[in-house]
Amino acid sequence: MIPAAFDYLRVQSVAEAVEALTEHGDEAKLLAGGQSLLPLLRLRLAYPSVVIDLDRVDELRGVREDGDVIVIGAMTTHYAVIHDALIKEHCGVLSQVTALIGDPQVRNRGTFGGALAHADPAGDLPAVALALDAEMVVRGPNGERRIPAAEFFIDYLQSALGPDEILVSVRVPKLVGQWGYDYQKFHRVAQAWAIVGACAVVRRDNGSIAQARIGLTNMGPTPIRAAGVEAALRGADAHGGQLREAAELAAEGTSPPADLHGQPDYRRALARILTRRAVEHAVGR
Amino acid sequence: MSEIDAGMVVEEIKERDALSDPSTAGKQIGKARLRKEDARLVTGQTTWTDNIILPRMAYLAILRSPTAHAKISRIDVTPALQRPGIIAAFSGRDLAAELGSLPCAWPVTADMVHPAHPPLAVDEVRYVGDAVAVVVGLDRYQTADALDAIDIDYEPLPPVLDMEQALTDENLVHSDKGTNKCFEWPLAGGDIDAAFARADVVVKRRFVHQRLIPNAMEPRAVVVDPMTASGDYTLYSATQIPHILRIMLALTTGIPEHKIRVVAPDVGGGFGSKLDVYAEEVLALVLAKRLSRPVKWTESRSEGYQATIHGRDQIQDIEIAATSDGKVLGLKADIKADMGAYLQLITPGVPLLGAFMYAGIYKMDAYSFRCTGVFTTKTPTDAYRGAGRPEATFAIERIMDELAFELGMDPLELRRRNWIATEEFPYASIGGLTYDTGNYEAATDKACELFRYDEMRAEQSKRRESNDPVQLGIGISTYTEMCGLAPSRVLGSLSYGAGGWEAASVRMLPTGKVEVVTGTSPHGQGHETAWSQIAADALGVPFEDIEVLHGDTKVAPMGLDTYGSRSLVVGGIAVHKAAGKVVEKARKVAAHLLEAAEDDLDFEAGTFTVRGSPESKKSIQEIALATFASHSFPDGIEPSLNSDYVVDPENFSFPHGTHLCAADVDTETGRVTIRSYVAVDDVGNVINPMIVEGQVHGGIAQGIAQALYEEAVYDEAGNLITGTMVDYLVPGAADLPEFVTSRTETPATSNPLGVKGVGEAGTIASTPAVVNAVIDALRHLGVTEVAMPCSPERVWRAITNAQAAKSDTAKSDTAKSGGTK
Repeated sequence: MIPAAFDYLRVQSVAEAVEALTEHGDEAKLLAGGQSLLPLLRLRLAYPSVVIDLDRVDELRGVREDGDVIVIGAMTTHYAVIHDALIKEHCGVLSQVTALIGDPQVRNRGTFGGALAHADPAGDLPAVALALDAEMVVRGPNGERRIPAAEFFIDYLQSALGPDEILVSVRVPKLVGQWGYDYQKFHRVAQAWAIVGACAVVRRDNGSIAQARIGLTNMGPTPIRAAGVEAALRGADAHGGQLREAAELAAEGTSPPADLHGQPDYRRALARILTRRAVEHAVGR
Repeated sequence: MSEIDAGMVVEEIKERDALSDPSTAGKQIGKARLRKEDARLVTGQTTWTDNIILPRMAYLAILRSPTAHAKISRIDVTPALQRPGIIAAFSGRDLAAELGSLPCAWPVTADMVHPAHPPLAVDEVRYVGDAVAVVVGLDRYQTADALDAIDIDYEPLPPVLDMEQALTDENLVHSDKGTNKCFEWPLAGGDIDAAFARADVVVKRRFVHQRLIPNAMEPRAVVVDPMTASGDYTLYSATQIPHILRIMLALTTGIPEHKIRVVAPDVGGGFGSKLDVYAEEVLALVLAKRLSRPVKWTESRSEGYQATIHGRDQIQDIEIAATSDGKVLGLKADIKADMGAYLQLITPGVPLLGAFMYAGIYKMDAYSFRCTGVFTTKTPTDAYRGAGRPEATFAIERIMDELAFELGMDPLELRRRNWIATEEFPYASIGGLTYDTGNYEAATDKACELFRYDEMRAEQSKRRESNDPVQLGIGISTYTEMCGLAPSRVLGSLSYGAGGWEAASVRMLPTGKVEVVTGTSPHGQGHETAWSQIAADALGVPFEDIEVLHGDTKVAPMGLDTYGSRSLVVGGIAVHKAAGKVVEKARKVAAHLLEAAEDDLDFEAGTFTVRGSPESKKSIQEIALATFASHSFPDGIEPSLNSDYVVDPENFSFPHGTHLCAADVDTETGRVTIRSYVAVDDVGNVINPMIVEGQVHGGIAQGIAQALYEEAVYDEAGNLITGTMVDYLVPGAADLPEFVTSRTETPATSNPLGVKGVGEAGTIASTPAVVNAVIDALRHLGVTEVAMPCSPERVWRAITNAQAAKSDTAKSDTAKSGGTK
């Protein structure tokens, strides 16, 4: 397909990007890696009059350490995330999950920030950002603010970013201590979206579970935390039958979509199974 | 992530060629020569139709129906003409007189309902994607944008989507025809009623072949270059059938055949989807003529999903009759085949290509077949890799498993008891064909050994006993197929509009190099390599000295193109025969030059030697140069080492083999994972084992795709909801297992090279092997059928429903026994 006509603007800095957003507002779309935007343009599901290309904004790329936090630039490609030593060491679940996104071409072009800002509940990274208690750093005409992941995903394909704001980086707390993690992505072919995904980030203490954070992919209009499972796991024996019982609560409070690959009842069943498996792997079973 | 360095790729291919077989001299047939065409195909340094840019070229864009069925109550294309860069816009009515009706070459019965198929809809649209208007402009983007300006009103008509409902004729696709039934075509052998009356066991099943989208890597494209002054037209198209297309364009548009040149440049795959005469080809030709300038159209992928033919879409009601000790007596097949909204080139013939194969490799006393063609408001169907034969093979291989289950017999043992023994060939099948050769025992034994069949069964039992959440299933497919389309007399008896011959020319050039001209039209198969190997051996010249020319009706004027695993079996044999004629011509020249009798000359490895005097010899290259000069030729020797040959095959060829699939089925999620896949194929003698291997791999992948992944889905309004690759799941390398492939080689007796064809074998064999494995894994849970594709959700539901049914039965049993107490 051929996209409708649009003006193309290439900016060199975040300041220029914010300036362009301030000028064009709703009419503008930011182009990061283009792995979501370009298909939408080609299918004419999006009609921005201005496309602002961030490709030359080098300050948005890269991964650095800031005390107990890993800071990931929004334009860092999936490929760079997968191969980053800091991420591997301090929040390895991101390396695991990112390697499962799309195909090599998508991972070479697609960006960490783009995948979050797109706020697709079927995307893998939003649920993981939730489970990691990440924080989004955004900049607008009035300066910078931070939005916790739990408040960032508002609705289907809708984030808390204002029309004149840009996601600059993501702050991910390091997993310090006896953390384990796993992401169970259930999809039909390798490059497809998850029908359901479950991310478990679990801290053990003396053989029992001290803290568990579960993020679910594609179980509603936004990624969500499986709060019931998290509560049921607190204090549970990491090797006992409680894990299975806790995972049974995974579909509580979800409103999964119906599509070609799964009706809601199937997705709920998957959420329970995948959550159990993710937790089991996270605690090393 | 650097750009591809074409030079490096070429160097690497050369290196690998040397490694693949260091002895590039000597006999070429049977060697894994790397493909000559790959350097240009993989680097893109070649001509795809969409690469062609001509002076003054304009772009064609097509407005397509957004609705499955409607009357066009009003259409006004003039607003599009106001848009920038637009030079013409037409509705179907504007062009009706020039466009004619798209051809169907296979009127399968005398009373077949054959509706008009205008390339642009005139009064009514009949599927989402039906073309309704065209815009021609100077820029592709502006032209696409201008489609929005066309003013069109539709008056909705009811969609016709379900085949069985369509046959009630409540709502009609073509109201002027009064019925949605296109044809009914029967075939019978033996006394079917007697066979079923004798049976101890009858098993009846319904199998549904979902609609598939072919997905050639290169989308369709067409460019027409008109030379208005002379009335000559060159049409470039991403087609499998330049020769047939030329004839059909002449008949459709009235432009004389000799004034049309059709070129199929390098073509990136087809799988049958480019075996057609499409609206866009006719439109581009007529518009180029009308506008006196070149016109180009290139399909987008999502446009192709609606406007390029689909495949399969059959409902099969199959019944098999057998004795209690597992002797098959008879088979009934009642088929409904979805034609879609119109008949494309061979749409109604596709199920007939399978009709002869429902008995597969088995002996039985009787067979009856009936196929009903049905119109629906969906994209037309046509040949898709295997065309009718995958459906037939699926039916027989699935029902053999069901019969084995009913009889409590190992499905492999049931097959052994019924297949044609190797000493029984040639064998007149109940379907009415003569299978020339086969060795089902050898292929099956080899496959079982590679698969470790007994060990696999033992593991399966263990997992069943331990109630493992991941169950193991074993699927078998002992298939055969008919290839090498086709003996012309057979096609005639089936009312097909053309013959099945194939042509080749072989020309020795003065410097000893060789041109081979073929009427086949490769679109990924590797004919340039395989035909070079055949000609190299026949002429005794180096493989590298041969150039294969194809895909242009001016260069290769005679041919019937590439489909139905025919190219090697028919076209390759034509090359072999034409080369043989060149050798006989060279013999005359050699006899003259060596002053010897023709009969006294031995020809080996490209050299004629006078028997008894080894120093008295001439190479074929020396003879080529002498023929070019022809200085001292006596009368009666033609100064030419060129020859033509046209082969009409005496019979089909019958590749066969045994495919075994082991599938892990996660009973919690329904996911099917193929754990191991063994394919032992017997495609006769092999020209190039690497090409055969590639065809088998791709074919198996496509068959697995039908079993597990792909399905074209329409909603209740008739919209194609799997309209992009996000929803239509084409599996990639990461989704497929490593295939274990091997061969047995039982030469075909119907051609001098003993070859059988391999283009479709993998696709035909693999779908039932995989589905049989899925059912086999779940049979003990009460699952008897999972509709294709066996998606995780479908498998999960099959298990869930079977468990519910079991617990219901258990409850009612308890209730009953409670009552008797």
